[in-house]
Amino acid sequence: MSIKGKAYIAGIYEHPTRLAKDISLAQIHAQVAKGALEDAGLTKDDVDGYFCAGDAPGLGPMSMVEYMGLKPRHVDSTDTGGSSYVLHVGHAAEAIAAGKCKVALITLAGRPRAEGMATGTVPRSRGGTPTPDEPFEFPYGPTVVNMYAMCAMRHMHEYGTTSEQLAWIKVAASHHAQHNPHALMRDVVTVEQVVNSPMISDPLHRLDCCVITDGGGAIVVVAPEIAAKLKRPKVKLIGAGEFVKTQMGGKVDLTYSGARFSGAAAFAEAGVKPADIKYASIYDSFTITVLMQLEDLGFCEKGKGGAFVSDGNLIAGTGKLPFNTDGGGLCSNHPGNRGGLTKVLEAVRQLRGEAHPAVQVKNCNLAVAHGTGGSLGLRHGSATVILERE
Amino acid sequence: MAEAKERKLPAPTVSQETQAYWDAAAKGKLLVRKCTSCGQAHHYPRTICPFCFSDKTEWIEASGKGTIYSYSVMRRAPVPYAMAYVTLAEGPRMVTNIVDCDFDKLKCEQPVKLVFKPTDGGPPLPMFTPA
Repeated sequence: MSIKGKAYIAGIYEHPTRLAKDISLAQIHAQVAKGALEDAGLTKDDVDGYFCAGDAPGLGPMSMVEYMGLKPRHVDSTDTGGSSYVLHVGHAAEAIAAGKCKVALITLAGRPRAEGMATGTVPRSRGGTPTPDEPFEFPYGPTVVNMYAMCAMRHMHEYGTTSEQLAWIKVAASHHAQHNPHALMRDVVTVEQVVNSPMISDPLHRLDCCVITDGGGAIVVVAPEIAAKLKRPKVKLIGAGEFVKTQMGGKVDLTYSGARFSGAAAFAEAGVKPADIKYASIYDSFTITVLMQLEDLGFCEKGKGGAFVSDGNLIAGTGKLPFNTDGGGLCSNHPGNRGGLTKVLEAVRQLRGEAHPAVQVKNCNLAVAHGTGGSLGLRHGSATVILERE
Repeated sequence: MAEAKERKLPAPTVSQETQAYWDAAAKGKLLVRKCTSCGQAHHYPRTICPFCFSDKTEWIEASGKGTIYSYSVMRRAPVPYAMAYVTLAEGPRMVTNIVDCDFDKLKCEQPVKLVFKPTDGGPPLPMFTPA
């Protein structure tokens, strides 16, 4: 069974806040759910499937189902970190195709800024019973940034990738963010500014890192017969893939990500090629994340990502592959340190023709959204969806 | 110039499955788990081989020789440190730190050798220093 054409994204909403001091976590989940349902032209009582991940307060989906007054007949709280919500789009389509639900709601919310969380630079123990890997990692001081940095270091060693090439990714994101009134960082930056920003963990500079923001977002995925009755432009899911990449028992290879497999599965299901894609939402926790995923999704040869992203090739209007036209996680929003959901949102805006006019891709009929969650250098979950404007 | 501070290392949590690994670490030895069915060594250690799923695995003592697969100096920490993956002579790559060296001279593929560093109330951690 394939999910191709079995589900549509009918509603989306991105919370405008980037600092949620006076809003609770549950409140953000409900606000974004309300926003996405209103965008679709549906109501809370239409929802019969609910999807959330580890950012939702409570055990799995239960507390949020109660708080929002939902009555789902299908739930899924699979957590693959920031990529969860891309994965949920695929899972929602599977559930819809199997007749388990017709209107699936996916929500994300987080308040790391309001809570003063040291997101990227402090090693974190999960607490409780340790995972089997934790005693062999946590005491050494792995942080979010240094584990991604090791991928960049090895990429530079094997392929000659440079800091200037990585910087182009941030430069492109900043060109897009200037048009997004909600973006946390709206100033256009140069390659020089990126490589001269303070070193956080070699070879990643401060401006190679994404923003830390509060907020959230929601997606409504519906069955074809529901989509047919709604007034919004139709965005059809035609391919989805997921993968968990690990240290493979010590056969560690930092030069590629799980996108190699989740992407291949999604493209095969969709029956399209990377060259057909008009717009790409690519997870951008760090510049290196983007570069590796572009290679692994097949937009360029492995090791040639540095050349591919250079000279503005990712900038809408001038480049061959416009990416993250909302400014992405690098400049606009990374709600709850989980950037997968917002990747889907901007892909839907592009396909609907509702992106900012300055960054709207002409005749945008095919888009990819891809997420990486967890740690690129330790273990991560990859998820890819391919969306088509009908 | 900030005054030099000693980096405090948290103790690893020891489980029944990994007790022997940490007991050996306390004696200055690095153990690697090897499968007698498929012949491959893995890390971190498990009783069931992650490659062939055989339960015929045993401890072997590592030579302590390796090379840096990748590294990153965490500059934005109270005491900067070098996170690394080291490729052991026995095959597996392990998460570790590179210590007692000039961080600015580290390179991928650089030969390193085993050292141990004390933790806060637990067994010492196997780390590496330039050979």
